[in-house]
Amino acid sequence: MTGTSTGVFSGLRNWLLLPSWLVIGVLVLSPVFIMLVYSFLTKEFRGGVIWDFTLAAYDQFFLDRGLFGDEPPKMEWTYINIFWRSIWQALLATLLCLLIGFPTAYFIATRPPSARTVWLFMVTVPYWVNLLIRTVSMKFLIRDNGPVNEWLLATGMISEPIHLINTPIAVQLGLFYSYLPFMVLPVYAAMERYSFSLSEAAADLYASKWFTLWHIVIPSVRPGIIAGCILVFIPSMGAFLAPDLLGGARNFMIGSLIEEQFKGTAGNWPFGAAASMILLSAVLLVLLYYTHYQSKTGIAKN
Amino acid sequence: MTGKSQDIRHYSGFLPISLICLVLLYGPLIIVMIYSFNDSPSITVWGGFSLRWYDEVFHGLEAPKFKKAAFNSFTIAIMAASTSTVIAVCTALAMLRCGNFRGKAVTFGLVSLPLMVPEIVTAVATLIFFSTIGFKAGYATILVAHIAFCIPFAYLPIAARLQGIESFYEEAAVDLYASRLQAFFQILMPLMLPGIISGFLLAFVISLDDFIITNFVKGAGVETLPTAIFGAVKQGIKPNIMAISTLLLMLSVIFVTLSYLAGKMGSRDKG
Repeated sequence: MTGTSTGVFSGLRNWLLLPSWLVIGVLVLSPVFIMLVYSFLTKEFRGGVIWDFTLAAYDQFFLDRGLFGDEPPKMEWTYINIFWRSIWQALLATLLCLLIGFPTAYFIATRPPSARTVWLFMVTVPYWVNLLIRTVSMKFLIRDNGPVNEWLLATGMISEPIHLINTPIAVQLGLFYSYLPFMVLPVYAAMERYSFSLSEAAADLYASKWFTLWHIVIPSVRPGIIAGCILVFIPSMGAFLAPDLLGGARNFMIGSLIEEQFKGTAGNWPFGAAASMILLSAVLLVLLYYTHYQSKTGIAKN
Repeated sequence: MTGKSQDIRHYSGFLPISLICLVLLYGPLIIVMIYSFNDSPSITVWGGFSLRWYDEVFHGLEAPKFKKAAFNSFTIAIMAASTSTVIAVCTALAMLRCGNFRGKAVTFGLVSLPLMVPEIVTAVATLIFFSTIGFKAGYATILVAHIAFCIPFAYLPIAARLQGIESFYEEAAVDLYASRLQAFFQILMPLMLPGIISGFLLAFVISLDDFIITNFVKGAGVETLPTAIFGAVKQGIKPNIMAISTLLLMLSVIFVTLSYLAGKMGSRDKG
């Protein structure tokens, strides 16, 4: 046990590390730095860049200088609003996922082991099913003349179809539906380690069930809840498919804004790179908070 | 005894919420599956059971386009998953069998980087990277991007499996004068196999399903199944799209189930 550095393969360590360092370093890390550089370059028409350093892309994101760029700068709200919409849509999706995901995870954790495996498998499968197909299915389902409206009309619960497509509600539904498994799995992983004798002790001391849930269970599984929230929040914030397929042009989120800069001839690569950097910074802030939180509380766990 | 403790654990309302969760997750998929068997050319009216849209996927007007896309998708997925699985095995050996070393945490961070960064940011960065070095967008760019993106998905099950294998197996082999290569290929790799299979299958599904990165780096003319489906959906959801979606969906389910069974096969001979 002591000689950890004398394993059979220790001598090969650097050779074994090389492929992943090379592939991820070259194909993920260095591109992010190049993207950072691009966000300070000048745009060329028809996509691409001119190697002149400028703050124009960030300027365009935050400031409005009029059509010809000669007016005194004002705050430009268009993109800040898109960014803000992405944040609150992602927060709302996280909250909804938590409201459905936590009880589900709790319920699964209280099943007998064999049933637990089946439930867990059922929740995991959609996680791996193509996100595009899942979003298209949602679009099919909630169209004006889709099955949900048809069914509600047929049962007489509504007299006119509910218009959902191209509304913020449809985008929200799409995000929530896309990332729900991301919440259930980490919360379940934490629930699995929770010792129910704590709940029994609380009951013996005359705590009500909901008091126990709020003051004993939830604090115990908080790391799992936070991990789940981050796993839902980050992809929701950068989502492209849900706002694009379910939201249409009026419900742009930052993912759709970025995509637009790199498609077709109207693209502005430095601006797209700047918007990506702003999104990445927001995500890194969330992750920094998470590692900070983990280093504060996580050590006792292991 | 169990009756009392079950009662304390039980919250009324949690069962219905769990069922709602399952209905939400599966409802839309199942409805699309049902409608893919609809005989009527209108996607709203039910006209009886039929396989005509599946026939159209394979023999219809758009069949050559989808066949080409399917060919690209499968060949890319097989190559990307194999390469990333090999890289993941190497990384897992270094991380779990070479003691503590400087840069271990950094390596773990690096390997999980594609999971942390929003996919659209990776997509933009990769596109800009390829364009800067003058790598022409097409089949090869998709493949290279997929290899990087698949590594963490292959790594996690492989590392989990390797963690459960005591190091005395390969130590015994080396004590008995096996070379390191023999110790790996004849002793350790067979023990790791369930994790390797599971990791390969997950990487395969991830590559097969990827839309966002592929859409950015594919260039004009080269399509994979998801980008072909996306292009078709932009013109409206047609029944043949539902049929092809159902096929792709069934394939993902089969692969995930196999990956799950492979992982389970591993844990059984431990306990």
